[in-house]
Amino acid sequence: MYNNPILRICTKVLFAPIILFGLYVQFHGDYGPGGGFQAGVIIASAFILHSLVFGLEESKKLFPPKLNLFLLALGAIIYGGVGVASMILGEPFLSYNVLGSDSKSGQHIGILLVEFGVGLTVCNVMISLFNSFAGYNPDKES
Amino acid sequence: MTSELIINAFLVTLMMGIAISLLKTRTVIFTVILTSAYSLVAALMFISLDAVDVAFTEASVGAGISTILFLAAMSYLPKEEEKNVTNNILPALSCIILGSLLIWCSYDLPEIGIVSAPIHQHLVSDYLAGSQNDIGIPNVVTSILASYRGYDTFGETVVIFTAGIAVLVLLQNNKKSKKSNNKSKKKIGKNV
Repeated sequence: MYNNPILRICTKVLFAPIILFGLYVQFHGDYGPGGGFQAGVIIASAFILHSLVFGLEESKKLFPPKLNLFLLALGAIIYGGVGVASMILGEPFLSYNVLGSDSKSGQHIGILLVEFGVGLTVCNVMISLFNSFAGYNPDKES
Repeated sequence: MTSELIINAFLVTLMMGIAISLLKTRTVIFTVILTSAYSLVAALMFISLDAVDVAFTEASVGAGISTILFLAAMSYLPKEEEKNVTNNILPALSCIILGSLLIWCSYDLPEIGIVSAPIHQHLVSDYLAGSQNDIGIPNVVTSILASYRGYDTFGETVVIFTAGIAVLVLLQNNKKSKKSNNKSKKKIGKNV
């Protein structure tokens, strides 16, 4: 499978557009269907496709597991941080109205940041789940 | 109306066919692929109900990523399912009773899409108006998910985060302590 030229070239061609589509779904979620969950899964699927075709070691070079773990936590922290930021500015937890100059722009900024946090966490959880499942090799261990 | 009926009947028939073949199959990889197909048809079903966001999630999560994760997790499993069902009558009877109860209850549900249904009376009108006036976002689903129900989505994110961390901890402990519990390892490895 690693030496199949059709798979390798198709993956190379598709890799960037999948991530681009994921980013579109992420940041266009306010106006059309989509949002953090779907975008995270789509972006994760690009990396999983890469590791399916080029092997786990290659994709670990592309996306180091340490960065993966860091971003996994960062997504949840961004979400919580937006809530704490609105608390510091004197409103209840997760009320975005105070984040911008008026309430509408505040809501826009809050929703964008929160969805970004969701997407980051979902994407990295999926990649790390796949890596840890695919890295299991019973023959090597026993 | 008739075209909608034909589409729904087609989708339901497809789902039932997939479900019956899921019952029949005993190979893990066929089970995984049929589950993925079932999710894809469910996504089409959601589109015909005008729930595009849910359909999107179902197609990407249910049909896409969970299939890949199942396939990746298959290395932990034996290839054939064990045949351990000895008594077919009792499970079949309970399924039939439960199913007929659910169908009987479904006659009391309001018609799909009707405006006077209780779910459209309570908060939805506030959300529909507020999403445009207070938040300024055309997609009501996003504004409910991220703003009106921000606490719930925060909880969901933390649940996914916790689940990911839990799986990582379990699998990494497995690798480190392989010498101490070699016996249990061999039992798993033998079947693969």
